[in-house]
Amino acid sequence: MPEVTFLEALRQGLWEEMERDERVFMLGEDIGAYGGAFKVTEGFQKRFGEARVIDTPISEAAIVGAAAGAAHMGMRPVAEMQFIDFISCAYDMLTNYVATARYRAGLATPIVVRGPCGGYVRGGPFHSQNPEAAFLHTPGLKIVYPATARDAKGLIKASIRDDDPVIYLEHKWLYRRIKEALPEGEEVLTPIGQARVAREGKDLSIITYGATVWKALEAAEQLTNNGGVSVEVLDLRTLLPLDDAAIVATVKKTNKVLIVHEDTRTGGLAGEITARINEQAFEWLDGPIVRVTAHDVPLPYAPTLEDFVLPQTDDIVKAATWLAKY
Amino acid sequence: MSLHPVPATGPETPAIPAELERPQLLEMYRYLRLTRTLEERLVALYRQSKVIGGLYRSLGQEGESVASAYALERGRHRDILSPLIRNLGSMLVMGAKPVEILRQYMAKAAGPTRGREMNVHFNDLELGFLGQISHLGDMVPVMAGITLTFKLRGGARVGLVYVGDGATSTGAFHEGLNFAAVQRCPLVLIGEYNHWAYSTPPQKQFAVHDLADKAKGYGIPAVTVDGNDVLAVYAATKHAVARARRGKGVHFIEVKTYRRKGHAEHDDQHYQPPEELERWARENDPVDRYVKQLVENDWAEEAELAEIDRSVRDEVDHATDACVNDALPPGDSALPGVFANPPAAEPLWFRGL
Repeated sequence: MPEVTFLEALRQGLWEEMERDERVFMLGEDIGAYGGAFKVTEGFQKRFGEARVIDTPISEAAIVGAAAGAAHMGMRPVAEMQFIDFISCAYDMLTNYVATARYRAGLATPIVVRGPCGGYVRGGPFHSQNPEAAFLHTPGLKIVYPATARDAKGLIKASIRDDDPVIYLEHKWLYRRIKEALPEGEEVLTPIGQARVAREGKDLSIITYGATVWKALEAAEQLTNNGGVSVEVLDLRTLLPLDDAAIVATVKKTNKVLIVHEDTRTGGLAGEITARINEQAFEWLDGPIVRVTAHDVPLPYAPTLEDFVLPQTDDIVKAATWLAKY
Repeated sequence: MSLHPVPATGPETPAIPAELERPQLLEMYRYLRLTRTLEERLVALYRQSKVIGGLYRSLGQEGESVASAYALERGRHRDILSPLIRNLGSMLVMGAKPVEILRQYMAKAAGPTRGREMNVHFNDLELGFLGQISHLGDMVPVMAGITLTFKLRGGARVGLVYVGDGATSTGAFHEGLNFAAVQRCPLVLIGEYNHWAYSTPPQKQFAVHDLADKAKGYGIPAVTVDGNDVLAVYAATKHAVARARRGKGVHFIEVKTYRRKGHAEHDDQHYQPPEELERWARENDPVDRYVKQLVENDWAEEAELAEIDRSVRDEVDHATDACVNDALPPGDSALPGVFANPPAAEPLWFRGL
């Protein structure tokens, strides 16, 4: 089995769905002739034509709105945000129009809105964001956030096939950093709504997603080797809807929970997960639920600043060591 | 189409414009009267507190609504329009039923959105209308997507979307129109210059004189029409729709009209000059003008118009009787249908205590 990068796995998923289903088409800025800012869609227009790989004006609201209209008519649009930071320009269209369409009007809107997210790449305040918390609060949307090449492929395919709107977040730090052997000749599909145990452990659970899955795994290795703490890592994979069963299962197994996310702290996903554990597994806790997150500031550009603001492997090691001793 | 036998047109009768025929003129009249009568019934129900939310009148704008919609191909899986709160007439033309409108306003369980949405915010994509959401301008990008699909599939279907003068200030309007223009979508925009965006007059909304001036910025043709001249709006829309159907892309039609009621029924309109309101009512009511045109040109007899009025009243009476005592939806029917999967949200734990 040949190894592929996260980005190549995503490309494979998109390509296979375009081949499989002629209702699938793509629209976004510079995705056609240029092949996308990160080359995710390179070669697509040549293979599938300008009608199915559409270069659009710089108009995120129009991209999402037009995708919604096409989806109402039975199409399966995949809309690219060149950087996910620009999804805020389509916030109204996503939250007011798209997310409510099935509920208020019985209108199916099977669209995927995907784009590169995340920091650790010196991208500055507007090319590094993690927008999941802004949409977590909107009934009617699903949010997926793969951490592995396999899930990059499996979740894009599942998102395209889902009958409801899905925001697909792809961490640009992972694009070419991780490689994985994927099975050939076998359909790779990751079910939406299912977390994955990325590492088994018994003393403490780290619940996380995206790039910090890899930082948590690195921390877990160090904790095991240096301190004899056995760490379980739960990769959420889908943020909306959350996999409550997997969260509760890991709490019951280790009785201690550290939640890690790259997004800022206040109003972040960790608060919601904490509340759910409180409601569903309070009696199983042997310590406080603790959070390692970004600081509550816009993400700055200078390496020294970005490294300080974002959660690092060392932060996770320290917090987990503190919690293990609690 | 007419329910009534009509005498053959005499040699002295002026020709009917825009390739229309007498039965169509009468059918348009029926939709105009139905719009006005149905809204008057809604006012009565509003005053009896049976309309749950706000009531939005289209008084003075029935002409452009009915005439523009009438220029589309109607029937299942034909053209699609996206109406605003003041386009009740357009929805009726496309096949929305008075009983659906009444149920929707009264939040009835049996209404088209089962009590989830308000007023004319509902849709029937098969019949060809896609209800708006409250965020103005948003339907322009959505209709761009619908008509993009028409184009991709190579059919000859056309879309039409209404925008108020105020909505042309929104980003969604600009983005959607520009997108549709670039893609040469088969889309017709009706820009309704009705002089009031809630309480805001045009001079505080935009610096152009006519909405049609804005079209230059998108590289599309535009025309300004007397919005209270039913046949002029019909002819302009027919032309734009035919052009779109031939693959010539987006067309903008500005209709100059006047909103004669407040933003909604609660609004006392104190900001609208009384003499202006009186002048539009007296001299420029679209239904009065249309009737005058029909009768003076011998295209219709007053008696047959009166007969239509009577049958419309009967229809609205029957529709009201059919639903006014209907039940509201049960509370827990709020939970299903956010997603296809899972099919329903769970009731929260404290409801089980």
